Amino acid sequence: MHLSDLWFIAIAVLWAGYFVLEGFDFGVGILLPVLGRGDAGRRVMINAIGPVWDGNEVWLLTAGGATFAAFPFWYASMFSAFYLPLLIVLVALILRGVAFEFRGKRESARWRFRWDAALFLGSLIPAILWGVAFGNVLRGIPLNAAHNYTGNFFTLLNGYALLGGLATVTLFTLHGAVFLALKTTGDLRRRAAGLAWRIGVAAVLAGGGFLAWTEAAHRAPGHGGSTGAASVALAALAAVSLVGGVLASRAGREGLSFAGTAIAIVATTGALFTALYPRVLPSTVAPGYDLTVANAASAGQTLALMTVVAAIFLPLVLAYQGWTYWVFRKRIIAPPPAEAPAADRSVASS
Amino acid sequence: MNVLELSRWQFGITTVYHFLFVPITIGMAFLVAGFEAAWLRTGHERWLRLTKFYGTLFLINFALGVVTGIVQEFQFGMNWSEYSRYVGNIFGAPLAIEALLAFFLESTFLGLWIFGWDKLPARLHNACMWTVAVGTTLSAYFILVANSWMQHPVGYTYNAHKHIDELSNFLAVLFNPAQLAGFPHVIAGCFLTAGALVTGVAMWHLMRARGEKDGDGSTRTADIAAFRSAVKAGGITALAGAVVTIATGDIQGKLFTTRYQPMKMASAEALYHTAKPAPFSLLTIGTLNGSKPVFQITLPRLLSFLATGNWDATVRGIDNLQAHYSQVYGPGSYIPVVPVVYWSFRLMIGVGLLAALIALISLWSIRRGALPRYRWLAWPVIALPLLPLAANSFGWIMTETGRQPWLVYGQLKTSAGVSANSAGEVLASMIVLTLLYGVLAVIESGLLLKYIKAGLPAEPEPGEAGGPAETAALVY
Repeated sequence: MHLSDLWFIAIAVLWAGYFVLEGFDFGVGILLPVLGRGDAGRRVMINAIGPVWDGNEVWLLTAGGATFAAFPFWYASMFSAFYLPLLIVLVALILRGVAFEFRGKRESARWRFRWDAALFLGSLIPAILWGVAFGNVLRGIPLNAAHNYTGNFFTLLNGYALLGGLATVTLFTLHGAVFLALKTTGDLRRRAAGLAWRIGVAAVLAGGGFLAWTEAAHRAPGHGGSTGAASVALAALAAVSLVGGVLASRAGREGLSFAGTAIAIVATTGALFTALYPRVLPSTVAPGYDLTVANAASAGQTLALMTVVAAIFLPLVLAYQGWTYWVFRKRIIAPPPAEAPAADRSVASS
Repeated sequence: MNVLELSRWQFGITTVYHFLFVPITIGMAFLVAGFEAAWLRTGHERWLRLTKFYGTLFLINFALGVVTGIVQEFQFGMNWSEYSRYVGNIFGAPLAIEALLAFFLESTFLGLWIFGWDKLPARLHNACMWTVAVGTTLSAYFILVANSWMQHPVGYTYNAHKHIDELSNFLAVLFNPAQLAGFPHVIAGCFLTAGALVTGVAMWHLMRARGEKDGDGSTRTADIAAFRSAVKAGGITALAGAVVTIATGDIQGKLFTTRYQPMKMASAEALYHTAKPAPFSLLTIGTLNGSKPVFQITLPRLLSFLATGNWDATVRGIDNLQAHYSQVYGPGSYIPVVPVVYWSFRLMIGVGLLAALIALISLWSIRRGALPRYRWLAWPVIALPLLPLAANSFGWIMTETGRQPWLVYGQLKTSAGVSANSAGEVLASMIVLTLLYGVLAVIESGLLLKYIKAGLPAEPEPGEAGGPAETAALVY
């Protein structure tokens, strides 16, 4: 195996880590207007992800940086091709990021309502657009001989990619609901579990449909052998663990259901990357214009350096992030109702 | 404007904006960690109250630093894709390492610090903030490795077949001489910035207390004692930062004048013709495009000394360098916009020195007596936190515009690095980001002022570390 193959796997791992971790952050944000009753209820939800959301988001930055270092041609073509969608994602992530810190800094109900809206939209939009982006990567985009994008914004809005967006947003929302059931108590815990069942059905349909479409139509041609079989196997694992996670939630097994949705997200990401391999960004203009693991990668010296750095520091990151989750392992307990300011009631009902 | 101009403006706006928050984050992380350590060591409540007070300001600032940083990482690929292809082998590595080594540390341990007041032992809690501080410094190191390589490329080989630069020696990139001079300069600037903020805010409270003749008893006395400690800690930090900034700035100036980028330094000094010895420009007014001087006041020989350490040395001038570069790199202009480089250089130094001076007077003013002695200090201390922010911005504007027309010095011109996107797309993103950043600046300033005015948090009950457990569990 070439180092460039190893780095293709590493980037798949980073995206999988990002989707598993930020996935439930996005889910919690999306469910904020649905499950958050009153200021106190919404605060419980936000604080359930409060200590970890920022660390979770670094998985995205590491995936981006690693793509830049290991596959400069992939990074350059993909980021310039998805210019406007990425701008929208950036605006969403900016609003969401400051919302966490700013929301509680003033007492005004209107102030908090606005930041809650920012948190909601800032979670919803990237949750959709990451799926749309991955759909377009799998499907291929019009790239010319110089690997520059020749389509426009609307080229990216095709049925397959939009189904990808539906798949990620339902998966992440389900993951968030399951996470809330695991991390909260009382009424919120009960309602989150109840909602997980209904979102679960949508996630199974959208996620299953997207994976089936991928395996049927958008797997790398000529690589039907080992990676093709692996992709199908991972898609099947995703489907089984997703259904299992939903059923476990129904049965009140909260830890098991969270493990199920987490494995489903990892397996889905794995299925997509194995279906993509050995391409990294196919061209719909001509197969010769495809960006591949081979022609997009950095030279050996850079990849060797990055391998050493990642081998040392990625386990360290996993260790201390894991420790953080252990420190904050207890369920979040809602403050007594008297804590909620009276002025907030009107916002809760609107 | 074309794609190139729009992309340059967008990168300039977003980068200068991002770097308003970065130095505060880096310097304040150390100061807040230091305040908490002082509380653990002495047991004095005032250090805990300062930790919480400045910790809140730190967090409000940190939020914007983080979110604007994401834009920075993305726009290399979005707006500068030709550049990304050309340099990714080398430039991408420190960026990836920055995320893996530094961003994870900062964000994870800051989460632990914010939410861990009642969950972690006190010393471990403090260690979390020290870890954040180390993380921010590592982050600065790696991003400056990337920038230093653009200023002075080392440790690479050119692959003519693929028309890209490839890594040949990472240690050379990591310990680039431009980096070894630039990194301490930037970090010292961060300490000047954060020290000035801590001092300015504390002095403002002391000046306000001075205005109100009668305090309301013991709380007021306790507050004054706490803010006096903050003025001392912040003032000494700011002055130490200023001294190191000046020393490392001098080293950088010599390095770039004599070896790496003589054109940048010649522009910064508005030295048009090679001179031996070279005079220092006190004031140069040139034509609008900076092509030649119209009026100059100079001090003889001083520039030779500043640039080389020798009163008689030759310093190369803009016109002579232009002729030289045309021969080496082919026809074209190799001159940056001289007035921008010249004035941003002078403003960086002047504004930075002014901040150090105000910090020094602030320290002097509380030497005797509980409250500052000079009434006229009221306005200067309000300006104090803002001056280093301006100096930082001028410094980056000077060094980045001074490198033009190069994106990677001697290797790749800025015009060759831009993406093939449409001008409409880049115009849209520039407008959206500028408007968003503007709105957030207003909100951020409002919040900072609110928490600055609110003053120190109430003194905790004896035996209680961080207030009621509920507020500690639901921070946001």
